[in-house]
Amino acid sequence: MENSLREKVLTRNIGPDLVPADMESYEANGGYKALHKVMSGMSPNDCLEVIKASNLRGRGGAGFPTGMKWSFVPMGDKCSPGHKYLVCNADEMEPGTFKDRLLMECDPHQLIEGMILAAYTIQADRSYIFIRGEYLVAIERLEQALADCYKRGYLGNNILGSGYDLEMHVHTSAGRYICGEETALINALEGKRANPRAKPPFPQVSGLWGRPTIVNNVETLCNISHIIDKGAEWFQSLGIGEDSGTKMFGASGHVKNPGCWELPMGTPIREILEKYAGGMADGRKLKGFLPGGGSTDFLVEEHLDLPMDYGSIGSAGSRMGTGTMIILDDKTCPVGMVLNLLRFFAHESCGFCTPCREGLPWTRQVLEDIESGRGRKEDLETLVRQVKYIGAIGNTHCALAPGAMEPLQSALKYFQSDFDAHVEQGCCPYTQGERV
Amino acid sequence: MPTIYIDGQAYEVEEGKNLLEACLNLGLDLPYFCWHPSMGSIGSCRQCAMVQYQNEEDTRGRIVMGCMTPVTDGARLSLKGDTASEFRASVIESLMLNHPHDCPVCAEGGECHLQDMTVMVGHRDRHYRGLKNTHRNQYLGPLINHEMNRCISCYRCVRFYRDYAGGTDLAALASHDHVYFGRHQDGVLQSEFAGNLVEVCPTGVFTDKPLVNDYSRKWDLQSAPSICVGCAVGCNTSPGERYGRLKRIQNRYNQQVNGYFLCDRGRFGADFVNSESRLNFAGVRQDDGSYQAIKADDALSQVASLCQKGAVAGIGSPRASVEANYLLRRLVGDSHFCSGMSDVEHALVQQVAEALSTTRAVSPSLHQIESADAVLILGEDVSNTAPRLALALRQSARNKARQMAEDMRLEPWMDAAIRNLAQNQYSPVFIAGVHESRLEDIAAASVSLAPDDIARLGFAVAAEISGSHLPGLGHLSTLVGTIASALKAAKKPLIVSGTSLMNSAVIESAVAVVEALLSEEKNTLLSLSVPECNSMGVTLLDGGKGLGFNVLAESAAQGDIDTLIVLENDLYRRAPTETVDQLLGNIKQLVVLDSLDNATLSASYLALPAATFAESEGTFVSSEGRAQRYYPVFVAEDDRLASWQWLSELGQVLGLSGFDQLAHFDQVEQTCADEIPALSGITAAAPDHLFRNRGLKIPRQPARYSGRTAVRANVSVHEPKQPVDNESPLSFSMEGLGVGQPSSLMSYSWSPGWNSNQSIQKFQNEAGGEIKGGSSGIRLISPGEGAKIESLSVPDAFHPSNTDLLLVPVYRVFGSDELSRQAPAIAELSGDAQLVVRSENVNKLQVADGDGVVVVVDGSEVVLEVLVDDSIAEGCVGFTMGMPGTESLVIGIGSMVSLRRAENWQPRKPQLIATDNPNAPSPDTRGQRGVPYV
Amino acid sequence: MSQQLIQSDVALSAEETRQIDAELAHMPQKSGAAIDALKIVQRHRGWVSDESLIAIARYLEMSPETLEGVATFYNLIYRKPVGKKVVLFCDSVSCWICGCDGVKQKITEKLGVDYGETTADNQYTLIPVPCLGACDKAPVMMVGDDLHTHLDNEKIDQIFAGKLSDGEGS
Ligand SMILES: Cc1cc2nc3c(=O)[nH]c(=O)nc-3n(C[C@H](O)[C@H](O)[C@H](O)COP(=O)(O)O)c2cc1C
Ligand code: SF4
Ligand code: FES
Repeated sequence: MENSLREKVLTRNIGPDLVPADMESYEANGGYKALHKVMSGMSPNDCLEVIKASNLRGRGGAGFPTGMKWSFVPMGDKCSPGHKYLVCNADEMEPGTFKDRLLMECDPHQLIEGMILAAYTIQADRSYIFIRGEYLVAIERLEQALADCYKRGYLGNNILGSGYDLEMHVHTSAGRYICGEETALINALEGKRANPRAKPPFPQVSGLWGRPTIVNNVETLCNISHIIDKGAEWFQSLGIGEDSGTKMFGASGHVKNPGCWELPMGTPIREILEKYAGGMADGRKLKGFLPGGGSTDFLVEEHLDLPMDYGSIGSAGSRMGTGTMIILDDKTCPVGMVLNLLRFFAHESCGFCTPCREGLPWTRQVLEDIESGRGRKEDLETLVRQVKYIGAIGNTHCALAPGAMEPLQSALKYFQSDFDAHVEQGCCPYTQGERV
Repeated sequence: MPTIYIDGQAYEVEEGKNLLEACLNLGLDLPYFCWHPSMGSIGSCRQCAMVQYQNEEDTRGRIVMGCMTPVTDGARLSLKGDTASEFRASVIESLMLNHPHDCPVCAEGGECHLQDMTVMVGHRDRHYRGLKNTHRNQYLGPLINHEMNRCISCYRCVRFYRDYAGGTDLAALASHDHVYFGRHQDGVLQSEFAGNLVEVCPTGVFTDKPLVNDYSRKWDLQSAPSICVGCAVGCNTSPGERYGRLKRIQNRYNQQVNGYFLCDRGRFGADFVNSESRLNFAGVRQDDGSYQAIKADDALSQVASLCQKGAVAGIGSPRASVEANYLLRRLVGDSHFCSGMSDVEHALVQQVAEALSTTRAVSPSLHQIESADAVLILGEDVSNTAPRLALALRQSARNKARQMAEDMRLEPWMDAAIRNLAQNQYSPVFIAGVHESRLEDIAAASVSLAPDDIARLGFAVAAEISGSHLPGLGHLSTLVGTIASALKAAKKPLIVSGTSLMNSAVIESAVAVVEALLSEEKNTLLSLSVPECNSMGVTLLDGGKGLGFNVLAESAAQGDIDTLIVLENDLYRRAPTETVDQLLGNIKQLVVLDSLDNATLSASYLALPAATFAESEGTFVSSEGRAQRYYPVFVAEDDRLASWQWLSELGQVLGLSGFDQLAHFDQVEQTCADEIPALSGITAAAPDHLFRNRGLKIPRQPARYSGRTAVRANVSVHEPKQPVDNESPLSFSMEGLGVGQPSSLMSYSWSPGWNSNQSIQKFQNEAGGEIKGGSSGIRLISPGEGAKIESLSVPDAFHPSNTDLLLVPVYRVFGSDELSRQAPAIAELSGDAQLVVRSENVNKLQVADGDGVVVVVDGSEVVLEVLVDDSIAEGCVGFTMGMPGTESLVIGIGSMVSLRRAENWQPRKPQLIATDNPNAPSPDTRGQRGVPYV
Repeated sequence: MSQQLIQSDVALSAEETRQIDAELAHMPQKSGAAIDALKIVQRHRGWVSDESLIAIARYLEMSPETLEGVATFYNLIYRKPVGKKVVLFCDSVSCWICGCDGVKQKITEKLGVDYGETTADNQYTLIPVPCLGACDKAPVMMVGDDLHTHLDNEKIDQIFAGKLSDGEGS
């Protein structure tokens, strides 16, 4: 926060005391200006063009260009009669990810305004905030904010006299990581088991209840009002490198000052880690880190000077994911860490496709054996095979399992000696078998 | 036609298919589990992996699922390459993680798709060292065995049960590697199609319980092509026998009729063949009333001498073959032959036969029914009278979804995507019945009406289509308008009706609707159901020339009949007990040919043991008008003989003219075809006995048939001579050629490497298509010039009375049918006869569910248990047709009856199935509930 | 034909149906409210018994099997009784790095329960939860509706000290 050059956009209403912005303070700080602007004269297509031009990329993990995604929604005569839906993906269950919670708890109106504008752009008449059931504070504040919006005429029929109608509801999840996958989320919203759906058809044409649906991440949607308000060029200028805008970055693990900060896209990793996270905790050294949540590949020391943007992290062999980093230090066992993640992913597999349903528990089992000193040499081969068969997109029905393989595959690359040591010594060299 | 390249080789393939279908159609072996030709793709098992290359330069490619990838012109693929092969092997290895190594004791062993696929991918060594997950199994009723540990989570069971067959009480429970397929709690599976799980499941999770309890390996079963005797739909089956016992019924694929699926009445009802009450020897009644077994020859000469002594009449049967009926008719003479149906029933089936051959509408096969895009059901409760037809109607309701998919350019095999797109939108299905139907969930609208009102509704729809109006419809007129416009808007409307309500106006109204649609130049289908497996055959044979039942009774009363020969028919199911008693009292001698003991047989002077469908050959004509042949699966034991053989021999003993030329089945059939124009097509139903498959007979036993000598080892270790089949091209042995023959001669399906029923794709011209030799059976009835509709025949509206109720028949898939009730598993499900009453009438009588009520019909009284059902039409009361204790009610159908509370009624135990255990714990998903990670 | 072995007379309360109806208002199909209805009933009753499940299924016109399939899919629907408060203990990666295993052991000792178990006084059920989105304050857990961060043994003593004695009197 010392960076004076840095413009706060998403967190401008969020002070160190974390007092949530209510309707009054939100509006006082320029909130709902964009909404008034749109309702008094911008067409859906005008909005779409601004978003496209802004080069905003989805903050949910995959980084898909938001404007392009929206442009697949059939509009006007091309759309058969019926509802269209906008859904905010607030499921945030990716291990090590803690950015959406902050945005919703501290500035619920920013999300809602973004959603109204997004819904207007695709001409959706119904919208849902699909939120983790555990986020009780955020749920309460969003409900309050929604009620205030209905009162103000920002939601409901004929919004601000524009003739545009929109309903918005909060749907609380019953808990399942896979619900974050957008088509699984749609099944959950339909009251079904959250197995992902096959694509095509993409939700943009056949989603919730078979109708055109856009699913966007909380952070993505929080950007919308600002882009509409200040323009695409302004938004592009916020980023340091190729990508536009600011991004919520975070760090957890044994750093001095774990936390979450809004920084320009393209901020170097070292800056985030050293300046904002305060460097490693005393007596600990950096061993590696997952740049964007539990389903991204490890990066190590040599990558510290990379800028945090989609392209750079991608070419280093990982993914920017959610932008919240998990830091592995030299006193923590990498095998144990990967095992922890695999336990999570194996449990969160929806059970639909074979490689994930059976392969992840198998991988977990092998890692358990290795971590607890029962591992054999050939187990390492099994792990390599598993990475190969489960890790490729397309081998499984959805991206959960390939994501689950990312930390493992990179751990095998960077921390091979740790795996070997476990097998050779017949115990975990970090805990001498205490931990597991 | 697109060209695709697989491992460098170019192939022309059909557009609109996926790569898996394309490969299978090319004869290439690509393993799969979750895909099913009738149910499409969902991409869950990931077994059908291939590598797809972007272009010629691309050497790495990426793995795609064959079943989820459409064929595209120029696509470059690899099936055999290491990447795909290794991945497929890894999928099997993953599936084997939790799969028990119990093949030797598994009922699926030897016909297990998982075994086949394991061998096919070449997976051998397991690397997994952890524990296997285990599950608790559920009690699912007397038909299906459940062994969850063997599950590979392909989701086929729930997709069939729920999505395809509309069941709701089987679901995927829990998640990750704890997914469990079962019920909410132990109990009988409620769908009448549950038996298909046995064939749909690629492993041994769902198995045939009666077979498991009396087990034989598939390779030890002797099979023959057969036709189901459960109803008039005419599903093709492949019964399997060992040790003289019918072990099980499997589906025999016929694209036009049953496709891949049977109903449970057909699959499990055939067990009557093994019944304790089978007749094995001829018997003659002694002076003291007892029966004495006699030699077959003696029996024949006794019957012959009876016949020579006086006037003979014969009663045929809608459940006996065309050939047996023909011979009986020929033996006694046209004017002494009665079709064996009651007069009312006979007239109705006759009406159906006439309607189908005069109307311009097509009498559709089930396959054609599935293509209808609007359906009106008038009066026929098909779920209970023609269950497989109801399953076909479910598929036709999905044409709306298919249309939506087409509009979005989704391929028809993208099953999950199409379901998500269409959600609960269906093509219009309208149902008018006397009570709620099990197709209710797909119905656009349904009404319960008295039979005459159903007919009125039909006539009104017909009028509306032609632009006129039937007055006096009251609140139904909006519905009439809706139905008429939906039918008019459809490309291929289908009207379904039938004889089950015993109301000719209902059938006539159905014909009126199709004629009205035809006048609008619609491609219209008319499906009319008839009661039994050969109701149509015997009716075509009779041609309206035979004796009516009442006329026969009359002439008996005049003393004009000395000997009455009854063929496979329990007359007590056809007429009130007193009437039959009188008839039998008025004749001198009763000769009965039948397979199972029944009241008529017990009243006979002389009884001849008939072979069942499983031990004899014959032709049945289905309600569609399709003649189909069945063959003996095994040689009848003891003195049992096919009815046609008894009758043929009797004619020879009697020295009747021409009978010397009727000693063989083919001769009987040919003569029948020559003599009866309506049946002239039957010889084309299947090849004659001279047919040879490349010079060889067609085996009934698979190549792996084993232990033939061991069966009799306690008697002799020498291999017995196999029986010789002189009547058909089939042999009672494993020798011969079982590939490439016409489908009417397919005893079983097996292909190297494909030991399960999935091998059928090796015999089809394309996956889910016709059998290479053509679909079996021949249609005898073709559309006519147009049926005349008497506008005068619109019945009066039904007015409920304050005191009496209109008696209507109510059908039960398990219970209404004569033979399947004799199968123990079906008997367990069928329960007792019931009276189905609306609650207001129950209240008036001051009775409740399970109490007894007296029905007064025509002076006689019947006491039945009450079932309260408010869906039954106002002013009507139903009784469970065909169930013991209801025989004397049949005559009262359509008349007003009065009810009275039965005193001293002993309420029966609640309708729980014997083995249901209400205290059984739920499936072990419970162990996981709310407790992640544990 | 249809027979229900568990004879459920456990009707939904007026308040429960009111809340379910509110969800149904924006659903094109009744079954769409399945998850909401399960959560509503669970909020009122602590968990979803077989009887409650059947009552909900009936209300939403779906089969108990279909609803069971949904109920058993999700982590936060309890199909077994739980204590007055559920302790959702995060053992996901950031918390693990920050030593949640030790804290878990402390809780187990303190409360005498392992994962999936309920304390003898029926106060707490301990359930692991994947990542509570508060990784910067690891290790964390939720006790009932409250989030507790920066857990260590001392904190555990504090959090459960007062509360346990309320229930136990020891
Ligand atoms: C297993 C899995 C879990 C996911 N979880 C989340 C999540 O919790 N939140 C989220 O916004 N996106 C999540 N995603 C990504 C979504 O599928 C989707 O891409 C995203 O919501 C789109 O939003 P965006 O375009 O705004 O990024 C997940 C994806 C997968 C495969
Ligand atoms: S990879 Fe397969 S089993 Fe895993 S979550 Fe996705 S669909 Fe479900
Ligand atoms: S058959 Fe293709 S994924 Fe199962």
